[in-house]
Amino acid sequence: MTTVAPGRTDRADSGAGSGKGDARRRLPRIPDRIRHGGLPYLLLLPAVVLELLVHLIPMVMGIVMSFRRLTQFYIRNWGEAPWAALDNYKVAVDFDAPIGQALLHSFYVTCLFTVFAVGLSWLFGVGAAIMMQENFRGRGFLRAVFLTPYALPVYAAVITWAFMFQRDNGLINHVLHDQLGLTDQPSFWLIGDNSFIALVVVAVWKSWPFAFLIVMAGLQNIPRELYEAAAIDGAGVWQQIRKITLPSLRPVNQVLVLVLFLWTFNDFNTPYVLFGRAAPEAADLISVHIYQSSFVAWNFGSGSAMSVLLLLFLLLVTAVHLLLTSRGRRGADA
Amino acid sequence: MPKPPRSPSAPPQSFLWTRRVVLTFLTAFALLPVYVMVSSSVKPLQDVSGKFQWIPSGLTIRPYFDIWNTVPLARYFLNSLIVAGAATVLSVVIAVFAAYAVSRYRFHGRRVFTITVLSTQMFPGILFLLPLFLIFVNIGNSTGIALYGSRGGLILTYLTFSLPFSIWMLIGYFDSIPRDLDEAAMVDGCGPLGALFRVVVPAAVPGIVAVAVYAFMTAWGEVLFASVMTNDVTRTLSVGLKGYATQNDVYWNQVMAASLVVSVPVVAGFLLLQRYLVAGLTAGAVK
Repeated sequence: MTTVAPGRTDRADSGAGSGKGDARRRLPRIPDRIRHGGLPYLLLLPAVVLELLVHLIPMVMGIVMSFRRLTQFYIRNWGEAPWAALDNYKVAVDFDAPIGQALLHSFYVTCLFTVFAVGLSWLFGVGAAIMMQENFRGRGFLRAVFLTPYALPVYAAVITWAFMFQRDNGLINHVLHDQLGLTDQPSFWLIGDNSFIALVVVAVWKSWPFAFLIVMAGLQNIPRELYEAAAIDGAGVWQQIRKITLPSLRPVNQVLVLVLFLWTFNDFNTPYVLFGRAAPEAADLISVHIYQSSFVAWNFGSGSAMSVLLLLFLLLVTAVHLLLTSRGRRGADA
Repeated sequence: MPKPPRSPSAPPQSFLWTRRVVLTFLTAFALLPVYVMVSSSVKPLQDVSGKFQWIPSGLTIRPYFDIWNTVPLARYFLNSLIVAGAATVLSVVIAVFAAYAVSRYRFHGRRVFTITVLSTQMFPGILFLLPLFLIFVNIGNSTGIALYGSRGGLILTYLTFSLPFSIWMLIGYFDSIPRDLDEAAMVDGCGPLGALFRVVVPAAVPGIVAVAVYAFMTAWGEVLFASVMTNDVTRTLSVGLKGYATQNDVYWNQVMAASLVVSVPVVAGFLLLQRYLVAGLTAGAVK
């Protein structure tokens, strides 16, 4: 692997245009650039046009749609759908009525699912990366093995899991029931309460390699001298992991957990391929729930309102995360 | 990827044993579905319909022939190839220009642009799916351009995730290429675009490869947009694989064979190019 460019976090800052060190380094060159006038805008033009087309216009439209009574009768001309003011939102958050109740339940399931899936993916990823920090025979091979779930197309992998979770001819029941005798009778995994477990297992299988990848890269930025100094001072491997490796990984972990959270919370592919259009109640993730209420129940208005609520929630979490981590960073700098 | 040992002293037995246990468990966990996929794809139908067997009772390659006839797999394959390929090329080319502008110039709106691009990455696909669906249907009604159900429409929707990711990663990658390089080229008489194509792009090949691999993989595995935005003719693999389940029976051996066939190209490409991907992922923003 080529060397890792230093400072992922620096770059995130400079991308947002706020890197102080950055600005100082580049300042003297600015006048040069300004003479180029329109060129940067010209270079950006295709990207801006497409961003408008695929992101901004749909988003504005989605917000407008959420204020309309948009059912299947108005799909051909959504502009004529009657104005609904806040009705879609009221219905979505009316937790005494069926729709609001189902949304709240789905939100709760998604939160629980995210906690388990992100927690375990992170744990496996960090564990594997730390265990493989040191070179040993077969390390390169294992790395390829661990990255395989990440490389497999989602639906092919999840279909295989669906096969493994089949009640009568699946591997899971064969092992748990026939071979180990742990259950009285073969269990259902893709319907009922067990479906939550099945969903978490598949999600973790799919996303821990990403955590592994990122943590492994983060480990390479830890200077070797730290370990050498610790070893001279008599610290064993376990102590080195606790005192050097884990604290050094903090910035990487902060970004990693946020990314895993966003992916997991928004995950549609896994439940949709595992369960089909309608997920069992115990595994009714919010993406599928919105899909279901929009494209199966044909209520785009309330589907849009739910999407907007979801977006607001994600923005809130991300803002809190950024606030907390930047405060931590400032504290560390001081 | 040679890397110096972490500590000069030999690790203690407790560490070695933990390592063995952890790595064995994770290997089994990672490979279990791969084993099921491969072994079930060569089992006769009665084997995959009955109790699971670790060792197939008989080997057959029939499923590998049948998969092409049970569903029009070749067509789905071609659709996936066109859609994922076009989305990848389009987003990488556009992202190269945009990332170059952001990385090398200071201009008004730069901050707004980067923040917008970054933030769209966290939005759930479902948020864009509903409006894009309605936009496509309405454009089709008013102008007769059939975006809904077409490959072009699907390619466009795939830009919702591949474009911001590509731009964001390439900004990071271009930033890591010393500015002096392209400035020297400009002093030598290259225009800004000459500097981009003769210096920056060649120097950023690993990053560009990483972005392309990632964009292609994501598009190849995409399910949400594909399930809404395609019809019988334009269906991609991610939706088409469902066809092996009939009213009465699921041809699990064919499902597994087809899954393997659609996985091999991306897994092979990924394992070949993973060095670039890892380097790119870590040199750019994590995502």
